[in-house]
Amino acid sequence: MMKFIYMMASPPHFYRLAGKWLPWLSGITLLLLAAGLYGGLIYAPTDYQQGESYRIIFIHVPAAWMSLFIYIAMAIAGAIGLIWRIKLAETVAVCSAPIGAGFTLLALITGSMWGKPMWGAWWVWDARLTSELLLLFLYLGVMSLYSAIPDKRVASRAVALLALVGVVNIPIIHYSVEWWNTLHQGPTVTKFDKPSIDVRMLIPLMVMAVAFKVYYVWALFLRVRVELLERERNTQWVKELLKMNKG
Amino acid sequence: MGGYALYVWVSYGVAAVILIANIVLPKYQHKMMLKTLTKKMQRAEQLK
Amino acid sequence: MTPIRKKRLLLIVLMVAGVSVAVGFALKAFNENLMFFFSVTDVAKGKAPAVKDFRLGGMVVNGSVKREDGSLAVMFDLTDNAEVITVYYDGILPDLFREGQGIISKGKMRADGVFEADEVLAKHDENYMPPEVAESMKPKKP
Repeated sequence: MMKFIYMMASPPHFYRLAGKWLPWLSGITLLLLAAGLYGGLIYAPTDYQQGESYRIIFIHVPAAWMSLFIYIAMAIAGAIGLIWRIKLAETVAVCSAPIGAGFTLLALITGSMWGKPMWGAWWVWDARLTSELLLLFLYLGVMSLYSAIPDKRVASRAVALLALVGVVNIPIIHYSVEWWNTLHQGPTVTKFDKPSIDVRMLIPLMVMAVAFKVYYVWALFLRVRVELLERERNTQWVKELLKMNKG
Repeated sequence: MGGYALYVWVSYGVAAVILIANIVLPKYQHKMMLKTLTKKMQRAEQLK
Repeated sequence: MTPIRKKRLLLIVLMVAGVSVAVGFALKAFNENLMFFFSVTDVAKGKAPAVKDFRLGGMVVNGSVKREDGSLAVMFDLTDNAEVITVYYDGILPDLFREGQGIISKGKMRADGVFEADEVLAKHDENYMPPEVAESMKPKKP
């Protein structure tokens, strides 16, 4: 079993496998995004209270979910890298950070665009907004720490530790709207009760959420391939690959 | 968009920019990486 | 798992647990400061600061909104279904401001017991539905 995992996770094998998957990932992402956008902008009805402005939800909520999901994925990959010293896990952790940072920034900006017309403020320092901003800083911290340490393997371990310490922020973000009173609304979908959203709005929201998940794998594989090439540039498999490319 | 067009379209626009950047950037880096590594290899072979 | 890997796993679990406990205690200590606003009952109980600005949150009482002619000034009652406080505000209200809506206002208590706000934000709830569904969910008038 372990042997199989190590083989799958070997850089040359993964590099080739990811390359084969890329066209599929891009195709599925684009299809799902097209369906989600149609559903969110055309099919979904207007909200009774917020009118058309609520359509920001189809970007804002999936992006915010991804910001948490990618952080957890990054921390788990980092932990696997720390414990088993698997190069691929280290690379996945490091390459997740910029994608996660992108989604966090997107959640913050779209939140601002939604807050101004509905709440009457671009930004407030309530528990939800502040903890999400902290998440952005954690991602940026991981990225800058990694680039500050020249030895990539040492850097990966340092980054994994930072990511694991920051994990405590994830439940804080999720429960902030329940533990403290905030301006931000409580959960609509991720609660024990039935989601309090009309099914014609829920379907596009879920399609967008799946689209962003597949997009993450796509963007991750692109980055992992670059990172593997750089880390393994002196190995035989990269040299063979370059010769094949040239010929 | 019921008077909220600016807010909604800016949101979708920012989403497009960030999502596209995270695809185009690594694709470009991949191309550059292959180029530099190939050049390095050729140089190393000429020295032999 | 080899012993060295077991040790690494244990260390990671201990580190994450330790950080969680520390942060948990810190959050508990600063619990009050993390609250974005005081409820109407909090203020009635004297929990809110007397001289400093603070935020007051509650629901706008139906039928309580009174506008002054020729100005933006508005008076309305705020409730949390237990206590009521009257709010005075002179400025532009957010689009979502309406009777029965949750709002958060920032300002000071006046000597006469009226809360003078210099900012009013609307808090929307977590329900999303088209107008006709909202209409059908309203209790029917007898």
